[in-house]
Amino acid sequence: MSDTAAKTKRNTRAALGPYGHVGKIVGELDDRLGVAKGGRVFLDKIFPDHWSFMLGEIALYSFVVLIATGVFLSLFFVPSTQQVIYHGSYKPLDGQWVSEAYKSTVGISFDVRGGLLIRQMHHWAADIFTGSIVVHMARIFFTGAFRKPRELNWIIGLTMLILAIFEGFIGYSLPDDLISGTGLRIGYSIAESIPLVGSYVVSFLWGGTFPGDIIIPRFFIIHVLIIPLVLIGLLSAHLGLLVRQKHTQFKAEGRTENNVVGSPLFPTFMAKTTGFLFMVTAATALLGAFAQINPIWQFGSYDASKISYAVQPDWYMGWLDGALRIMPSWELTGLGHTVPLEVFLPAVVFPGLIFTLCGIWPMLERRVTGDNEMHNLLDRPRDRPKRTAAGVAVFALLFTLFAASSTDVLANFFHVSLNQVLWFFRVAVIVVPIISGLVAYQLCREMQGVHGIGQRKRAVIVRRSVEGEYSTVPAEPRADDQHAELDPEPVPVRIDIEPLSNGSTREPASSPTGVRQVSR
Amino acid sequence: MPIAALSDPHMGDAAKNPDRSEKIIAVILFVGVVCFGVAGAAYWQNWSPWTFGGALGAGLFLLGFGLTAWGKYLMPQGPFVEERHTLASTPEERDVMSAALVERSAVVVKRRRMLGGLFAAGAGIFAIVAAFPLIRSLGPLPGDSLEVTGWRKGTVLVDSSGRPIRKNTLVVGGIMTVYPQHTVNPQTGFITADGQAIDQTVLIRVSDQPFTTEPGREDWTPDGYVAYSKLCTHLGCPVGLYEQELELLVCPCHQSMFNVRNGAVPQFGPAPRPLPQMHLGYNDAGYLIAMAPYDQAVGPGFWERTT
Repeated sequence: MSDTAAKTKRNTRAALGPYGHVGKIVGELDDRLGVAKGGRVFLDKIFPDHWSFMLGEIALYSFVVLIATGVFLSLFFVPSTQQVIYHGSYKPLDGQWVSEAYKSTVGISFDVRGGLLIRQMHHWAADIFTGSIVVHMARIFFTGAFRKPRELNWIIGLTMLILAIFEGFIGYSLPDDLISGTGLRIGYSIAESIPLVGSYVVSFLWGGTFPGDIIIPRFFIIHVLIIPLVLIGLLSAHLGLLVRQKHTQFKAEGRTENNVVGSPLFPTFMAKTTGFLFMVTAATALLGAFAQINPIWQFGSYDASKISYAVQPDWYMGWLDGALRIMPSWELTGLGHTVPLEVFLPAVVFPGLIFTLCGIWPMLERRVTGDNEMHNLLDRPRDRPKRTAAGVAVFALLFTLFAASSTDVLANFFHVSLNQVLWFFRVAVIVVPIISGLVAYQLCREMQGVHGIGQRKRAVIVRRSVEGEYSTVPAEPRADDQHAELDPEPVPVRIDIEPLSNGSTREPASSPTGVRQVSR
Repeated sequence: MPIAALSDPHMGDAAKNPDRSEKIIAVILFVGVVCFGVAGAAYWQNWSPWTFGGALGAGLFLLGFGLTAWGKYLMPQGPFVEERHTLASTPEERDVMSAALVERSAVVVKRRRMLGGLFAAGAGIFAIVAAFPLIRSLGPLPGDSLEVTGWRKGTVLVDSSGRPIRKNTLVVGGIMTVYPQHTVNPQTGFITADGQAIDQTVLIRVSDQPFTTEPGREDWTPDGYVAYSKLCTHLGCPVGLYEQELELLVCPCHQSMFNVRNGAVPQFGPAPRPLPQMHLGYNDAGYLIAMAPYDQAVGPGFWERTT
């Protein structure tokens, strides 16, 4: 580097001030928007390090994958049930009547380069999205994170789950293949079963009788615009409330109702969470590459008079299918009207009750316990046996119904009669939740009484003396048994980069004892 | 805590040996970049989707893993603490807010009750008027659309290729799906959506003699042919499985079973009603025809259904 160049560089740096171009950009932005003060606070936002806080991130990042892959798919998908004769590269379908929607989806799978991978990533990401929302919600529920002041965010999250289920079902219906078309027919019949208004609902939604030719275009716009838009709005509110109300945290040394302990947004959390975004995307890509999902070219285009055998819906619809299967055939008739309770109760009233119960739970619990305090510290599930038991019972109910959605497969697999399987589930759907709830309650109560629960146990060494007498001695403590927790420190104003000495760029960080102390 | 030095334990790396961790992370990131190269080549050369996706997934995973490890092991770990300031305002501030709402309403709104009432009425009427195009335009009123099918007196039964059915088309135990003749184009094999979704009917030759499914239906089964609506009365799936030994029609969706010899009365499962039976006969050309439309709505139950 010549002297002049070096000089120019020094001058530029001097003109820019001590923080160079970054300082310049911050300055320009701050002049116009006043971002520096709030921005600094935001960079210091503390994220708790507990692994369970990652579950919501999985939902967020699979949603990102869904949008990215969905945009790609929308460039090729044709939302039309216009019937055409297939002449594409998948030869077994050659010459068959198929719908435009089906033809374009097969085209995405075989004729668009990378299309099959993106399609399968999209489907897997949808299953992961709904799944991670449920698991995230379970974490929130069992640790009591929904309590005051976070009731509203609980309801927003629940609304997003319901929308995600609808979005998944609608997206699954779009390719207009034999299996999804059958699912859509069942959806039509469920809507039709609603007393008083059912036939109007289906006639307006489908533009006439099933299947009509408008439902796929309507579902398309609902799937790619309306529900995603609402989801993005709710997601922004969800995260906005999170920033405003700050995170909850588990009880531990130095953690109180009035602080948040963890790592700061920049750089530590940002590195970790961006890495996690890549890993969630990687999971969908690997699943999309190696685990086939929804091979619609094997099913054929939808024909309402054809059907396949032993098919199950996507997992998040399974509990409703199970409920439909084990419901007795109670249809009310009289006074010139019909109420198909065998459909209306399990497929409309039951999910309505479950979601209503979820939605009002924070208020219900506040009413029952009379606890109107603010809560920023999380409960251990064992410390709230009744709530934990209620949650376990509901999950047991949903899992039993989910299993009941494969009565025919189970009957074939275990070589028992379908009737026995059916009655088994009719009994199990009542018995399993009650027993699971009671067991969970008892387990919680017992765990409360165990000394030192949740902490690492010291091994015990059993010795035999020469006389044949046995004795026990506790093992030596291991090096990291003593979690001497660091007292949390406020986020420093700036990191003081010490002048380099003896050519070493990094002073290994160590506590005075020379042992790195690990924070929980 | 104004300034933290790197020697402060809070600012330190979690890694026991930071230099080694740095090297490992560098290798991970480098392999990730190589994977992206492989993915690019796979795309360019149009190799199999699993090569492309596998390389892409591996690259994404390694990049993400490396970045996370960097954050976890080589960045300030804290624990740091942030104070949580109470969100609630002071009682005075609340009172000021409430006072503004209450007092301004008292002055501005309550004295002009009529204006308020008129505006509310206007907004309400607008909501109703706006709801009409939003809801009513979506589709026709149901009317009797759920009760009618394409079958009329004299409609010829045809198979999915448009061929009519004669006395010898099916052997005893045979089964096929039939449609009204006008819904199938024999040249192209195209079947209308209504023909598939509403009119679909299952035709079974149960025996070679007429038989009685129910009293009053003595002449509905010429030559042992019996026809039922193929729409399950539970949720409208096609009743697509036929268990010939037991003479049972089975719906694969939720396992409702219908006995074809006894008027398709449900034997098992959640279906609440028998499948509607078609009154069969022959026309002058010897083709199977419907002697009458279905005597009830086909498919699952709904509010306006009368039987």
